[in-house]
Amino acid sequence: MTTALAPDTEAAGTTFLPRYDDDAPPPVPRASLGRLPADEKFLRIGSIASALGLAWLITQRLLPLPGLPWFLVVAFLALLLVGAVTSGMTGGLVEVRDRAAATVITAGATVVGAVVLSAVVFVVVKGVEPLLHLNFYVDDMAGVGPKDPFDKGGIAHAVLGSLIQIGIAIAITLPLGIGTAVFMSEVGGRFSRVVRTVVEAMTALPSIVAGLFIYSVFIVALGLPRSGLAAALAIGVMMLPIIARAADVVLRVVPGGLREASLALGASRWRTVWYVVLPTARPGLATACILGIARGIGETSPVLLTSGNAQFFVVDPTDGVMNSLPLFIYSTVRSGEPNAIARAFAAATVLLAVVLALFVLARLIARPKRTKARRGRSRPAVDFVHSDPLVEMGPVAPAIDTTYTSHRIDQETS
Amino acid sequence: MTTLPVQDATVEVEPRTISRKATGADRVFVHSIRAVGATVLVITGGVGLFLGWQAWPTLTHYGLSFFTEASWQPEADILGIRAVLTGTVMVALVAMAIAFPLALLTALYISEYAPAFLRSTLVSLVDLMAAVPSIIWGLWGYFLIMPYAAEFAVWLDRNLGWVPLFDVHNADPDAALIDAAISNYSFSMFCAGIAVAMMVLPMSCAVMRQVFSQTPPGEKEAALALGATKWGMIRAVVLPFGRGGIIGGTMLGLGRALGETIAVLLILSPSFESKWRILEIGGNTVSALIAGRFGDASKSQLSALLAAGFVLFLITLVVNTIAAMIVNRSRSGAGTDA
Repeated sequence: MTTALAPDTEAAGTTFLPRYDDDAPPPVPRASLGRLPADEKFLRIGSIASALGLAWLITQRLLPLPGLPWFLVVAFLALLLVGAVTSGMTGGLVEVRDRAAATVITAGATVVGAVVLSAVVFVVVKGVEPLLHLNFYVDDMAGVGPKDPFDKGGIAHAVLGSLIQIGIAIAITLPLGIGTAVFMSEVGGRFSRVVRTVVEAMTALPSIVAGLFIYSVFIVALGLPRSGLAAALAIGVMMLPIIARAADVVLRVVPGGLREASLALGASRWRTVWYVVLPTARPGLATACILGIARGIGETSPVLLTSGNAQFFVVDPTDGVMNSLPLFIYSTVRSGEPNAIARAFAAATVLLAVVLALFVLARLIARPKRTKARRGRSRPAVDFVHSDPLVEMGPVAPAIDTTYTSHRIDQETS
Repeated sequence: MTTLPVQDATVEVEPRTISRKATGADRVFVHSIRAVGATVLVITGGVGLFLGWQAWPTLTHYGLSFFTEASWQPEADILGIRAVLTGTVMVALVAMAIAFPLALLTALYISEYAPAFLRSTLVSLVDLMAAVPSIIWGLWGYFLIMPYAAEFAVWLDRNLGWVPLFDVHNADPDAALIDAAISNYSFSMFCAGIAVAMMVLPMSCAVMRQVFSQTPPGEKEAALALGATKWGMIRAVVLPFGRGGIIGGTMLGLGRALGETIAVLLILSPSFESKWRILEIGGNTVSALIAGRFGDASKSQLSALLAAGFVLFLITLVVNTIAAMIVNRSRSGAGTDA
């Protein structure tokens, strides 16, 4: 190509640039294989428009089907129908099925998205009135009745109680959970298999049963009063297997080569764990812990059984009843007064914001660092969130050992 | 110039002894970390053993009738968990009937249909949905969804009332003043199941999506290259590959749905009747029973509640174990040479 265009070749081995022909027609733009062609795009938009129109016609003019839900159902069916007709015009049954599957799958995902959005918006909108008062964030509910206006009372005591309880639970479960995970993945042996089996089994423990356990041991058998400490222990019992299991999954994803390199350089085992394994797994561990904490802070049932429901500030966790956010929401909404319900929704907004903040924090910590990812060395070790979302879910199946497979596929697709 | 050391023939060379035994700081490390593991074993195992130990007197006292008796009257020394077990299973089944298709469709959408720039956002959204506390889903179900769900229940009863599942006693779906009768259709296992479904959906969806994303790209491309449509490719490659993940994820969701408390407690109006009529007001689950009755329980009643909790734990454990086995044994995640 480069030499053929040069007629006056002087010597072999010389490269000549191609001469461009000015009269040549402009190059044909390359067809994008991934994108929809214009007529197909028109078909999609047209189908949606006609489905909405049909749905309006049927629900508002032809059949007595009032309300938004019916409109959406009919619109979905009409979309299926229009899609089938339009794709049937150009193709056969295979195309019709493809079109229908795409419609159903997209509609399903839309429903889920609408559900999440509706839940968040609904909670915020219902609770917006108390949220606008500053005292809601700094006061407690001492002496405030369920009918009192919003410029009295607040949820600071519940927030404080939640923080104290989750703090104690973290102080207990984090070292134990991560320590157990290190034991299970780094030390090994027959005993560690027993521990792993039991820990995995206990992730199936329903949270209410964890609460009932603490209730019957501490409050009934030992005769201690209901307190923040008991609630923290109940949350801890619930969180411990979750964090231990999630951390174990994360540590198992650390490539064995890193460990071997460290040991081969003469590091002792604990130094290998401290300087190689844990730092490599740090983002994943942080994600696992933070999502475990988010789970613990939002769980109502163990707290319901163990902490009691104080309407005032309690700082000492051993000092008897102490409120927390989920419990406050539950007990307030049960009272049935409109003002109390609005307060409960406002508290739910605060709880949602706390969980969301924890979640964003987890995402930020877990985000793989650019420089490391480019080198490609520790990519599978750092990208825990995408290598194993099971980690975040809590009680889930034992880890699937897919480190290397998923790594390879990741590299191929990206 | 290098001089080699002179070998002294009289010294006997002893081979270095090789030992895997930890020495020095490692010994401390191994022992202390083992102690941590043992502590956690004692704590978690202790919970299970304690439950079994506490449940034993109840199980021996009531015998098999503990499982066949529907009513819960500790004063009359008659109690059993048939009603609450039925309720637990029904709520969980309703939840799964709603959550399974939605989770599958969402997982397919995220892994196959979603535009690339949207994908990671959607993954985060599903994970965020999993982190939303159950009390929020309870509020959502109670205040936002229940009125619509009740209307839908009336419609179902009117049109499909001959199916035993959708039958509702003491209510006439064709009544002129349906607003008065609608309370018979609220606070039902169906309404509770919707809220629970939203709680378990993200978990199932995340497992399914994870497995779908591990489908070997070579096989997917092969299907497309052979002329398959997108749906044809999904049916021929993605779904068979992800079958283990679909079943396992669903069962993990089921395990969580069985133990869900607070949304059920908030929505379901408690009644002790073993029934399958999911649209009718009333019902109970094991966890709601515990949450409702622990406060005024005497020692023997507490033992009965612990026994109920123990049974619930065993069921969840079995479901989770089967799910784990399915996920592990399937081809999902095994990968092929693409």
